[in-house]
Amino acid sequence: MSKAIITVVGKDTVGIIARVCTFLADNQINILDISQTIVQGYFNMMMIVDITAADGRFGVLAEEIEKLGDEIGVKIKCQKEEIFTSMHRI
Amino acid sequence: MLNMFEVIETNNMIEQEKLDVRTITMGISLLDCCDSDLGAVNEKIYKKITALAKNLVSTGESIEREFGIPIVNKRISVTPIALVGGAACRTPEDFVTIAQTLDRAAKEVGVNFIGGYSALVSKGMTAADENLIRSIPQALACTERVCSSVNVGSTKTGINMDAVNLMGEVVRQTAEATKEKDSLGCAKLVVFCNAPDDNPFMAGAFHGVTEADAIINVGVSGPGVVKVALEKARGQNFEVLCETIKKTAFKITRVGQLVAQEASKRLGVPFGIIDLSLAPTPAVGDSVAEILEEIGLERVGAPGTTAALAMLNDQVKKGGVMASSYVGGLSGAFIPVSEDQGMIDAVTLGALTIEKLEAMTCVCSVGLDMIAIPGDTPATTIAGIIADEAAIGMVNQKTTAVRVIPVIGKSVGDTVEFGGLLGYAPVMPVNTWSCEKFVTRGGRIPAPIHSFKN
Repeated sequence: MSKAIITVVGKDTVGIIARVCTFLADNQINILDISQTIVQGYFNMMMIVDITAADGRFGVLAEEIEKLGDEIGVKIKCQKEEIFTSMHRI
Repeated sequence: MLNMFEVIETNNMIEQEKLDVRTITMGISLLDCCDSDLGAVNEKIYKKITALAKNLVSTGESIEREFGIPIVNKRISVTPIALVGGAACRTPEDFVTIAQTLDRAAKEVGVNFIGGYSALVSKGMTAADENLIRSIPQALACTERVCSSVNVGSTKTGINMDAVNLMGEVVRQTAEATKEKDSLGCAKLVVFCNAPDDNPFMAGAFHGVTEADAIINVGVSGPGVVKVALEKARGQNFEVLCETIKKTAFKITRVGQLVAQEASKRLGVPFGIIDLSLAPTPAVGDSVAEILEEIGLERVGAPGTTAALAMLNDQVKKGGVMASSYVGGLSGAFIPVSEDQGMIDAVTLGALTIEKLEAMTCVCSVGLDMIAIPGDTPATTIAGIIADEAAIGMVNQKTTAVRVIPVIGKSVGDTVEFGGLLGYAPVMPVNTWSCEKFVTRGGRIPAPIHSFKN
């Protein structure tokens, strides 16, 4: 399985999770884990998703989801999991 | 499973602390491009580089996008051209045509620098080596992306003082040949002792003859990350300080290892080494000098600087070595003046001198790097500076280098702007007492006694 981490940071507003999830569903990306908190009014979310079905188009998807973030007014990043596991796991 | 704090920590390093992979450098052997016909050599070189490296930049960009980590430079290093062109080139001008071919190939594949316009003359010079060295001023003046290096000494062979003396002249001639651009040519010319075969960093990168046909070497960076980590260890003792540096270096290097493996897999070229260097840029917060100041120096150059740098360099290596399967290149802290805002400030304030920088090079990875000196500095004085650095490298069994820029028409008090990653530099005073009779004696300095280990 090929995994990616999506992070969403920004001012809290209605429907952030809904719009991100809709985008992922439209692209056959399954969500494996979500954690979310609000720190001082700022929305922080991390999702671990399965991108096996979308692996060939990963670069394009990462750009599209970033654009979606611009529309909602939050910062969204989608990165392959290995950058985090290589740094934090021995 | 990963937690949010780990993810945020990594992304903060990238977004706020300027963590990046400084360079993916593809080493390409040009030994199979040798020919007695100059036209044929040029054609083979162009074809080989453009074939092997055609996807280097796009692959780097896709790794950048997928992992969300900036990869600042994509570069190429090649076999020292004195070896490749030796059979075909009869004059320095012949070698210049190869420099132009390298420049053209670099532009075709989109890399910003190509290194390896080099000669390895630590014991003696062949006619080809000498022709190449004499062609350097012209080659660097008529090309944009070619970088040149000359290895003039090693622990095993001693120092070739004829080459040192010649390089003093060549550095000056390069400065003259590029004087319209503030002698920028000298920023692309490094004189080494104990030059590594697998260094991915410019301007000193070349692809050694002991290397495979093609290889991927990666240089990581991250002075900003180390500085921010150390802010949290303020007032703590050396044990805590060292642990913090090691852990941070480990994390930085792991990112480099990941990028190197991905690039190697996607390009179908074997992975060579990770160079664990702290390479600063002129951006604020991306400075080795700032780390030293965070460790406790009022300004870099103050007493204690050499000790602090020795400790930093060692801890970076200790943390990095475990994070990568193969470590090589220069691996340590870089202390270029023009590329590090903290160093520039320290020079401007009078805290940092060339003599202190020379002491610092005894304990860190490179040497006198990106230092602007007065334009009227004699060639023999530059040769003396090179000889001093080479002696430090030779005796301490480490790489040392000199990349000084005698800026034609400028003197102490002036500032030189190189632009981009090369930054800007105040012109530093050089000791004006002569060493002419010393550097012009001719011959070589024998290898030190501790090199006889067989």
